[in-house]
Amino acid sequence: MTFQLDAAWTWMVGSPLFGVTLTLVAYQLARLLWERTGRHALLNPVLLAIVLAGGTLLLLGVDYGTYMEGGQYIAFLLGPATVALALPLHLESRLVRRAALPVVVGIVAGCVTSIVVAFTVTEWLSGDSELALSMAPKSATTPVSIALAESLGGIASLTAVFTILAGILGAVAGPAVLSLFRVRDLRARGLAVGAASHGIGTSRALEESSVEGAFSGLAMGLNALATAIALPLLLLLLT
Amino acid sequence: MVVGLISLLLCQLVGELVVRTLDLTLPGPIVGMVLYFVVLQVRRPPTDSPLVRGAQGVLRHLPLLYVPAGVGVISYLGVLGAQALPIAAGLVLSWLAGLLVTAGGAVLVLRLTGQRSVLR
Repeated sequence: MTFQLDAAWTWMVGSPLFGVTLTLVAYQLARLLWERTGRHALLNPVLLAIVLAGGTLLLLGVDYGTYMEGGQYIAFLLGPATVALALPLHLESRLVRRAALPVVVGIVAGCVTSIVVAFTVTEWLSGDSELALSMAPKSATTPVSIALAESLGGIASLTAVFTILAGILGAVAGPAVLSLFRVRDLRARGLAVGAASHGIGTSRALEESSVEGAFSGLAMGLNALATAIALPLLLLLLT
Repeated sequence: MVVGLISLLLCQLVGELVVRTLDLTLPGPIVGMVLYFVVLQVRRPPTDSPLVRGAQGVLRHLPLLYVPAGVGVISYLGVLGAQALPIAAGLVLSWLAGLLVTAGGAVLVLRLTGQRSVLR
């Protein structure tokens, strides 16, 4: 009997089984570590799971495309999960309706500020307007930010990375920064995290409270719309 | 659970068809979220109905679903390192500005319209 280790290895990393299992194990380990440390914000499960899974791929020399043979099955569920964010919104619908005007003002002001600061700071420090354009839509949820970068002359794959990093920033630091600046109203807190950090921020907001989760999901949707409208107009002024 | 999942997938499917037909720069799932919200508002299902349980099920592990996209960052470590300062500064400053202006704007109008704070 001969051992076919190479063949078995090649089969394993290329199989969907590998990507799915690695993602679930990394996430479960991340959650355990997070629970054990009294839910320390810096050990946020999304961040930790990405570091664990990404680190494993780098160590094993497996590229991202191969990993996504399995990863795509988990990523697929993001679609229905985004639809499901209507549930917290429905449960808090009375609160949401009464806050319609503050919500719209907050979203529009935050959206414009975020785009202008992202573009000007990145361009000023790099002198690279393509990089700045790729940064500008990063607060919108990934499909929107990518589509905007593509149509306006940014680098779509970089925009995807910036969008994810903005999300992780919100999941890790959003609630703490808002507390630091004495933002106590749960509606404003949820709204801000969803507007600055889309779905990844919303996954954290849902853990904070149902009101924050509801307003965060709402902010993610409205900010996607606001960014799609405002970005092309603002770029006329900025470039 | 299956009924719940079907309703989420149907809302997403209709959303995807709407954005493609009307050529909108919006993700299908966001339009699907609006549809699902309308369904919930009209039907007002009890909290233990299958329609609600499917959504609760997928939301419970929402962070997990972002892991595969996040792992994609490993393909760009070179670019991120080469342009570290403009990327870090642009990202963090605009994130902070967006976060605080959104919260500030909302708090300001909540106060102007005389609404009481919703606290923990």
